[in-house]
Amino acid sequence: MSSQIATANRLTDGEVVFLGPAGWVTRIERATVARSDSEVRALQALLRQAEAVNEIVDGYLVAVEETAAGPRPVHYRELLRGSGPSVRPDLGKQASR
Amino acid sequence: MYRYDEFDEAFVRERTRQFRNQVARRLRGELSEEEFRPLRLMNGLYLQLHAYMLRVAIPYGVLSARQMRQLAMIAERWDKGYGHFTTRQNIQFNWPALKDVPDILDALADVEMHAIQTSGNCIRNVTTDQWAGVAADEVADPRPWCELLRQWSSLHPEFSFLPRKFKIAVTGSPHDRAAVKVHDIGLRMHRDPATGEAGFEVIVGGGQGRTPMIGKTIRGFLPLHQLLPYLSAIMRVYNRHGRRDNKYKARIKILVHELGQGEFTREVEAEFARDPGTDEVYALTEAEISRIARHFAPPPYERLAERHPRHDARVFASQDFARWVRSNTARHKVQGYAIVNVSLKPTGGIPGDADAAQMRLLADLAERYSHGEIRVTHHQNLVLPDVRLGDLFALWEELEPAGLGTPNVGLLGDIIACPGMDYCSLATARSIPIAQAISRRFQDLDRQREIGPLEIKISGCINACGHHHVGHIGILGVDKQGRELYQVTLGGSAAEDASLGSIVGPGFSADAVVDAIETIVATYLDQRQDGETFLAFTHRAGLKPFKEALYAAAPG
Repeated sequence: MSSQIATANRLTDGEVVFLGPAGWVTRIERATVARSDSEVRALQALLRQAEAVNEIVDGYLVAVEETAAGPRPVHYRELLRGSGPSVRPDLGKQASR
Repeated sequence: MYRYDEFDEAFVRERTRQFRNQVARRLRGELSEEEFRPLRLMNGLYLQLHAYMLRVAIPYGVLSARQMRQLAMIAERWDKGYGHFTTRQNIQFNWPALKDVPDILDALADVEMHAIQTSGNCIRNVTTDQWAGVAADEVADPRPWCELLRQWSSLHPEFSFLPRKFKIAVTGSPHDRAAVKVHDIGLRMHRDPATGEAGFEVIVGGGQGRTPMIGKTIRGFLPLHQLLPYLSAIMRVYNRHGRRDNKYKARIKILVHELGQGEFTREVEAEFARDPGTDEVYALTEAEISRIARHFAPPPYERLAERHPRHDARVFASQDFARWVRSNTARHKVQGYAIVNVSLKPTGGIPGDADAAQMRLLADLAERYSHGEIRVTHHQNLVLPDVRLGDLFALWEELEPAGLGTPNVGLLGDIIACPGMDYCSLATARSIPIAQAISRRFQDLDRQREIGPLEIKISGCINACGHHHVGHIGILGVDKQGRELYQVTLGGSAAEDASLGSIVGPGFSADAVVDAIETIVATYLDQRQDGETFLAFTHRAGLKPFKEALYAAAPG
């Protein structure tokens, strides 16, 4: 199976967030990577729990490859989502990198 | 333009107050996302790729200078300093925080604006010709009828939970600038040749998306005062038979197609005969029509000469100004005035985007030169509708340094592009970077002029917000095995000669699509007859010359 991370939008402001070891974080590099079925199930459970307590919305799992810089989404949609609009490098997460 | 009465004001304020309460309950966890989603969508609030997105209604694309300034304020205070004008003549803010949206809606209500009818399965914000009321070729002004439709359709209890969203467009000119044949209902105002009476041609079942269709005329001439009961009859037939089990087959175009034009028309006429609107609810009195029409009375035009010597001299002296006049102004119905089209398509820019400074400048210029009014076009440009010929040079001198003077309206650089995957959660590919790359490749304005009228329209998914089906050249971005691929269609038109483009062949990668457009344009230039437009050429020659040029060298 491919490695996966959990992502969602933060309820209050819609910011894209990723599930890290200590809760939801805004940087994909700090996301927890699930590498086995049991780890994926654990991520999913945490994701559903966070939705239930209205911390996040529209959560789902994203396939990633692991790089020296951290997890990197396999699909370009998630790459964009993790960085910001490709046509506005001054906006989104990429703006503060 | 229309001004709110006490009812409108109270209604919008009450709606904003309700939504503030709903947002507070959502943030406190008293509403789940499942419960909250329909509520936020009914107030124009989507959740997109990077953040929430608020779509603000601009009824039939008409804005006052005051409203434009408020949009600029909202962009700076609660968003990221810009807004995106859409193919629905609306504006979208791409980054609002949920907690701020009630304050934004309050700020909109302060200037008689809201975000109702910009989402959900209701009758959406009615659209029209951006030159309504000023076009030289206009038969009748569609704006009073658009306003009437707005009042009739806003939260209409019978039509608020339709099988799918529902879009109505109205044109009052023979040259269709409102794309009425690709709307759920298109209304074309014209005059009965026998009596000279104004009325509507009623066109139903047009649309784009995954199943594009050209609308069918079900009534050649509908008297003006029968508009609401007749449209009610259409909506009732749709509500009765429209499919609710499959969202991809739920639009009225599918119903018209499956029932057949004849049977659909028969059902509408039967419903109309049953309830022809003679009761007090739908009876449209002359007094009510006149009351609304008074809001759209012409501004106090001056009596001006047909030509303005200083303007003519400026055109003669400045090639850049002359080029802008030729491309971006149009003939006004009143002698001595011009319609000014403000391009939101600078070379390499993002189609439809305007920053707060540009919005404020346009508000100032509208007040100084155009009776304080601005129009939004479905081509994602803006219009100053009432400019004296003698003011054009001064206006251009202010637009140009602000990046608002690109002389490309109606030319190749005037590209429609949906937000695509750079913003939209539904998208399957990006569309803006393709528009930017094409714009840069063809940035030579003299070359664009030589090519002539050419509308390129780009969508980032099959939902076709970028109108690719009706582009002279349409580009559709899809996901093919994890890579962006672009299908090219040729020969579409959204005008009175509406047609759907045909796929030219296998798609192109993002890197190759600009070269493909270059090849298509070169093929046209090489083979066109004298005075033949790109669209006319594609209809005459078909896909063959383009296929040969694009794919001849390809293996196999």
